[in-house]
Amino acid sequence: MTTATGKKSSSSSQPRDGGRPSDQLDDQRLLELLYDMMLIRRFEERTMQSYMQQKIGGFCHIYTGQEAVAVGSIAALRPDDPVITAYRDHGHALARGMHPRYCMAEMFGKITGCAKGKGGSMHMFDRPNEMYGGHAIVGGQCPLGVGIAFAIQYQKLDRVCLCYLGDGALNQGAFHEAMNLAAIWKLPIVFALENNMYSMGTHIERGTSAAHDLSVKAAAYDMRYAECDGMDMCEVYDCFVDQVARTRPDEGDPDNSEGPVLINVVTYRYQGHSMSDPQKYRTREEVGEKQNEDPITTLSRQLMDQQRATQEQLNELDAEAKKAVLEAVKFAGDSPEPELDELYTDVYLEPYPPYRKGDLPQMVEEAEDRARDGDGRQKQD
Amino acid sequence: MTTTDRKYQYREALREAMIEEMHRDERVFLMGEEVAYYNGAYKVSQGMLDTFGPRRVIDTPISETGFSGLGIGAAMYGLRPIIEFMSWSFCLVAADQIINNAPKMLYMSGGQFGVPIVFRGNNGAGGQLGSTHSWCVESLWAHVPGLKMALPATPRDAKGLLKTAIRDPDPVFFLESERILGIGAHGDKDFSRYLHGKWAPPEVDEDSDENEDFLVPFGQADIVKSGADCTIVTAGRPLHFALEAAEQLEKEDIDCEVIDLRTYRPLDLQTVLQSVRKTNYCVVVDQSWPFASVAAEVAMQVYEHAMDDLDNKVIRVNSDDVPAPYNRRLEQEMLPNTRKIIEAVRTVTYNT
Repeated sequence: MTTATGKKSSSSSQPRDGGRPSDQLDDQRLLELLYDMMLIRRFEERTMQSYMQQKIGGFCHIYTGQEAVAVGSIAALRPDDPVITAYRDHGHALARGMHPRYCMAEMFGKITGCAKGKGGSMHMFDRPNEMYGGHAIVGGQCPLGVGIAFAIQYQKLDRVCLCYLGDGALNQGAFHEAMNLAAIWKLPIVFALENNMYSMGTHIERGTSAAHDLSVKAAAYDMRYAECDGMDMCEVYDCFVDQVARTRPDEGDPDNSEGPVLINVVTYRYQGHSMSDPQKYRTREEVGEKQNEDPITTLSRQLMDQQRATQEQLNELDAEAKKAVLEAVKFAGDSPEPELDELYTDVYLEPYPPYRKGDLPQMVEEAEDRARDGDGRQKQD
Repeated sequence: MTTTDRKYQYREALREAMIEEMHRDERVFLMGEEVAYYNGAYKVSQGMLDTFGPRRVIDTPISETGFSGLGIGAAMYGLRPIIEFMSWSFCLVAADQIINNAPKMLYMSGGQFGVPIVFRGNNGAGGQLGSTHSWCVESLWAHVPGLKMALPATPRDAKGLLKTAIRDPDPVFFLESERILGIGAHGDKDFSRYLHGKWAPPEVDEDSDENEDFLVPFGQADIVKSGADCTIVTAGRPLHFALEAAEQLEKEDIDCEVIDLRTYRPLDLQTVLQSVRKTNYCVVVDQSWPFASVAAEVAMQVYEHAMDDLDNKVIRVNSDDVPAPYNRRLEQEMLPNTRKIIEAVRTVTYNT
């Protein structure tokens, strides 16, 4: 267990006794999850490089340091569970299965991007993979997540909505209204608080009441609360498997659920808030110390200690991740810009002049083709 | 199908539209403050809880950001929410959800996620409610691409437009008025003779499905009264003031053509232009403030497309450019009213 500010208590280093959900993951699956984390790390490195080269514009928020959160929590979901997040969203999109090429092309502003270059870094949407965005106003995604959970309950489905938020969102009204509605209607939603301890440059203890014990935020809404170490993928996975199962309703019986939960996932971002952050609010020493708890190193070490993988295998995985990201950068760079008449598409589904109906993004069309061929996920609705 | 002048209130029209669409489509639900157990703060949803149960007619806490956002999320996930604002004045605390999320989701997601949602409720002055509760949001929100906006002035249009709104795949801002919810209770004594024959939608025949297809399309203005001398363009509650003005001006031998736009997005400019080309004079009436208003926009578009057909400038009649006062006399003076419209028409037609 960890406290809100990430100081580890003794329980987090419990020996693995085979009784945790992550103990049931086979070697292959663990290596896949490690690969997903490596992919996000390498992807973000190239994102920063491309930003410096001015191939990416606007605001750009880097996920390095937090990889275990997205990968561990999404691994605990089923493929048909919807996911929604805030603006530091590249990691979630990749973990949910978005091909890195569509994610990178979106940031390059290309027509081949997941949102045809209209959304950018903060708006990663992937309908075939149940990814409901990327939302850029702090806390604004929380009521949306509650709405998705409401729709699950309304249709008596056995799904769970996973709604991420940062610690900055704890101080937004939208978060509190969302928590209240989720609680009074016992909606199937898991609020995953990615607590990296800084909302932009403001430390959680300067901006959030009861920062030392965030369980009271859940208690205020009569909601379950859990904590886990976001720097350890297996811990994240264990916590989410347990909590998601408790929240998940039965098909046809929405009442059979323990209702929503707030999970405080204590993590750390290595980079500044956005690409333009001089980081005067924290010391290099603090960042260095956190990098010693690196989630990729931790999982790699766990796998090697348990003789489940060799260093050579891990090197190969990393090389594969680098290669995939390079391919994504090349794809993004080679892709065409949107035509100027794309300005007036996708404003309305039933448009009136001067608006026009748009084509779906290449990513969605390909996924739908695969679904039609029976080779991939079925399209929702 | 024939429209009638039977005793029929605007609030009944709204209720009938929702009930029919909820019977037709399981995905449609009504959510808002006091819509269920209280039977609607203004009795619009009276009886709907009994008909549909608490799964589909849902009371919310006073939490506009929360339930507006919930509706948008539910719409992204395939439902068809009707979100009632007791007053559009209260939508301001939900502004991020209703103008950032609802109308931009489709664009930001590159066409992946539409938001088929209706936000509806009372808009405009209710009568001495003071400035915070008397918002006219049409000019504020009509500014935003990605949403559609309807402002029915009669029960017929309230029903037909609301059914269209519920079926529309895009977010619709549906602006009603507390002051007209009850008109029609006394039959045709309640409204202008120019509305005779077009007051109520066709009567519901319980044994027939025909009534369910009474839809009023978006983007089609209604020429409520045709006339030769001056065009009055309006929508929503001020239509009734415009018709009163037209009745009085008729006695002065000024024959007004009164156009009810019915929707601001889409805007049926062609009907306005055809009329202006005939009358050569134009007054635009809109109950929001004048600065950067819908009236300013309509006037500008008339200039852009029919400058040569105008024999005078276009005159706007808006609320005065001040917060809504509590005092009854001051409030009536502030709102666009019959007297202001009459004066505007006399001025623009050089009949002063």
